[in-house]
Amino acid sequence: MKKTYLSGLAVGAFLTIGFAVTAPVATAAECIAPANPGGGWDFTCRQIGKIMHDIGAVDKPVQVTNMAGGGGGLAFNHVVNERNTDADLIVAASSATATRLAQNAYAGRTAAEVRFVGAIGADPGVIVVAKDSPYKDLKSLIDAIKADPGSVSFAGGSAVGGFDHLKPLMILQRAGFTDITKVKYIGVDGGADAITQTIGGFTQVMTGDMSEIVGFLKSGDIRALAVLTEERVPGFDDIPTAKEQGFDVVAVNWRGLYVPKGVSDETFNAWADRLNKVAVSKEWQEAMKANGLAPFTKVGGDFQSYVDGVVAEVRQLSKDIGVIK
Amino acid sequence: MEILNNLALGFSVALSPTTLMLAVIGCFLGTIIGALPGLGPSNGVAILIPLTFSLGLDATSALVLMTAVYYGAMYGGRISSILLNIPGDEPALMTTLDGYPMAKKGRAGEALVLSGVASFVGAFLATIGLLLLAPLLARVAFLFGPAEYFALYLLAFCTLGGMASNNQAKAAIAACIGLGIAMIGVDNNSGLPRLTFGNLHLMDGVDFLVAIVGLFAIAEVFFFIESHGKNTSLGMKLEKVKIPWSDIVATRWTMLRASAVGFVAGILPGAGASLGSFLAYMSEKSLAGEKAGFGTGVARGVAAPEAGNNAAAGGALVPMLTLGVPGSGTTAVLLALLMTLNITPGPTLFSDRPEVVWGLIASLLIANVVLLLMNVPLVKIFVRVLQVPPWVLLPGVTMISFVGIYSLSGSYFDLLLMVAFGVLGYFLRKLDVPTVPVILGILLGGNMEDALRRAMVLADGNWTYLFSSPIAIGLWIAAVAGFVAPMFLRNVLRKPQRITD
Repeated sequence: MKKTYLSGLAVGAFLTIGFAVTAPVATAAECIAPANPGGGWDFTCRQIGKIMHDIGAVDKPVQVTNMAGGGGGLAFNHVVNERNTDADLIVAASSATATRLAQNAYAGRTAAEVRFVGAIGADPGVIVVAKDSPYKDLKSLIDAIKADPGSVSFAGGSAVGGFDHLKPLMILQRAGFTDITKVKYIGVDGGADAITQTIGGFTQVMTGDMSEIVGFLKSGDIRALAVLTEERVPGFDDIPTAKEQGFDVVAVNWRGLYVPKGVSDETFNAWADRLNKVAVSKEWQEAMKANGLAPFTKVGGDFQSYVDGVVAEVRQLSKDIGVIK
Repeated sequence: MEILNNLALGFSVALSPTTLMLAVIGCFLGTIIGALPGLGPSNGVAILIPLTFSLGLDATSALVLMTAVYYGAMYGGRISSILLNIPGDEPALMTTLDGYPMAKKGRAGEALVLSGVASFVGAFLATIGLLLLAPLLARVAFLFGPAEYFALYLLAFCTLGGMASNNQAKAAIAACIGLGIAMIGVDNNSGLPRLTFGNLHLMDGVDFLVAIVGLFAIAEVFFFIESHGKNTSLGMKLEKVKIPWSDIVATRWTMLRASAVGFVAGILPGAGASLGSFLAYMSEKSLAGEKAGFGTGVARGVAAPEAGNNAAAGGALVPMLTLGVPGSGTTAVLLALLMTLNITPGPTLFSDRPEVVWGLIASLLIANVVLLLMNVPLVKIFVRVLQVPPWVLLPGVTMISFVGIYSLSGSYFDLLLMVAFGVLGYFLRKLDVPTVPVILGILLGGNMEDALRRAMVLADGNWTYLFSSPIAIGLWIAAVAGFVAPMFLRNVLRKPQRITD
C-alpha cells in the first residue's frame, strides 16, 4: 500500500513538473514568433523581448511563444480570430510577412487586419558567391545569366517565390532579363545552409540577408557581390551596393512587430513607445552590430502605410515575374 | 598541448559552484523533459530559454544550463521507450525495439542502466570528437549537396525492410504511409500547398512529435480501453535492479561502433540524431546477423541506438558552431539562444570567442558525467513508475501527451491530429504493421524529397546527376547492398522464427 502511494507521488511529481514547465508566466506580455526557434522572427521576439525587460520598459520578462505554421499564416490567423483585443500580445514581423500578405499566402487575410507597430532594424539583402567564383561583380554575374540562364543556380533560405528568391529576380528584371522561369533557384533550410551549398559548389550564388553571411565574410570563404541598400552598410563598407553597379534594387528585410487590430490607441502607442526605447538602447545597437543589421527605424502611425506600400509593390512585382497570377 | 590549454580555459569558465549547480538542475530537468512523451529536447529547451533570462544568467551560465538540459533530454528519452514502449522523443524511437522487450523480460532496470552507460559512451566520445576535430569536420558539410543527401536518405530507407517485423512487405507499406504523410504541407520547390485542403494548420506539414505521441501513447490508450486493462503493455512485473556488468562489457565494441556512426550522422546538417540512432541500430543489426536476435530484447540492440543518438547529439553541435547550420531541431534552438546572447556561430566563432566554445565543450563534459552519476542510482525511481497501477499511469501519460503537444504550437488542431494518429496506430497494430517505419517515413521523407527535387532543379532534370560524385556513388552502392543482401542472406542463414509483439 505504501509503495503504491509513493509511486503515485512520483507520478504526481512528474505531472507537476510537466505543468510547471509548460505554464506561461501570468500577466507577462507575450511575443509570438510565427516560426520555429532559430530563425529571424524568433530572434526578433527574443532579442526585443529581452531588451524591453532589461531596460525596464516592461515589468516582467516577455514570454516568447513559437507558433510555426503556414509561413507565419497560422499565427496571423490566430491573432485575427482569437486574440483580437489582447493588449499584452506582440507578434514578430518582417519583410517576409509583407511578402506573403502580398502574395495572398495567408488564406485571404490582409495587412489591415492587424496593426503594424514598427520596425527597428533591417537586414540588408545580399548577393554572395564562393571566394573562388569567376564572378567578380554583379555585372559579370548578370551577363553570365543573360548568356546562359542554366549555367547559374541560386540558393536561398526561403521557399520558391519567397523574399530571397525575389531579390535576384528583381535585379534581373531591372537588367532587362524577363525569362525568369529559366532562373534556377533552390530553397534550402536557412541562409547558412544556402551558403554551405554555395561554398561546396553545388550552387553558384547565395541570395540572403547580411546577418546570415557575417561569420563567413570574416572567415573569407565567400565574396559579397552586392548589398541591396541605398547606401553602403556601416561596418561593411567594402561591399558595393547594387545601385552603384547600375542595378537600382533595394531589398531589405526589416525586423518589427505587429499587435492585434482591436487594441486601444493607448495600448498601441504604449507598444510603439516601448519599441522606440528599444531602438535607441545601447543593447539593441550592440545586437544590431553583432548580427549585421542596419539602422532602420520606422515606428508608430506611418509604419502601417509603409507596410501597405510594400505589400502593393511586392504584389505588382510578383505578378510581373509570374510568381502569382 | 594547445587543446589542453583550451580545455583548461573552458573548465576555468565552466567549473564554478554556481555553474555546477546549474548543470545538475539542467540534467535533472532535461531527463524529465526527455522522458515525458510529447516533450522532446527541442521544445524542452525552447520552453526553458526564458528561464535563463528571468534568472539573469550570463552567457556561460545560460549555455551550461541549456546544454545540460539538451544532453539530459537525450538521456531521458530512453526511459519511456524502455518502460512504456512509448518513445520520449524522436531519437529514442529505435530504443523501443529492444529496450521494451528487455523490460518485458523483467530486466527493465538493467536495460536502463545499460542504455545509460551507452548514452554516456556515445555522448562522451562525441564531445571528444567535437573538441579534437570540429574545425576540420565542418568541411564535411561542403561535400554534401542534394545528390549526396538523397543517397544518404535512400540508404536509410533501403535498410528499413529488415526491421521490426517478420514481414518486409508490411514494413514497406508502413514506410509508404509515412512518406505519404510527409508530403503534406507547402512544397518547398514550387511554394504550393499539397494535401492541406486549404487548412493553414497543415501548411507546415505534420510535426513528427504529434505522430509519435499519437501512434504510440494514444494507441496504447485505445488498447487499454479495448482490453479493459488486461492486455496492456503497462504494469509489468519487476525483478531486482542490478547493474549488468557482463552486458556492459559485452557491448563495448557495439558502443564504440555505434558512437562513430551516430557522430558522423550528427555532423551532417539536417540528418540529426534520429538518423544517427537509426543507422547505428541497423548497422549493428546487419553486423550481428539474424542469430543475434535483434528485436527480442538483446543488450546490443539497447546499447547501439542509445550510443548512436547521444553521439549524434554531440555531432550535431559541429555544424551548428562552425557553420551556423543546425544539425537537428534542438541545435536550432541552441542556435537561437546563442544569437540572443549576441554570439553568432560561424566559421570564426572558434577564434573570436574561444571562451564560449571551450566553455561549452567543458560544460558538455561536466553534464555528461553528472548525467551518468544521476542516471545509474536514480534508475530505481524511474523503474518504480512501472509499479503504478495502469489505471493511474495511463491517464497521466495521456494528460502529459496532450499538454506536451499543445505546447508545440498552442493549437487544438495538433491535438485532434494526435488522436487521429492514435486511431491509425490502433489499426496498424491490429493488422500487425510495424509503426516505426511510419515515423521514419514522416521524419526523413520530406528531407529526402527536398534533396531529390533540388538535385533535379540544379541538373535540369538530368538524373545522372544523382551519381555524379564518389560519395553519392558509395552511398548508392551501400543502399542497394542493404536492400538486396537480406533477401539472399535470409535463405543462407535460415533464421528461427522470431518472437514478435
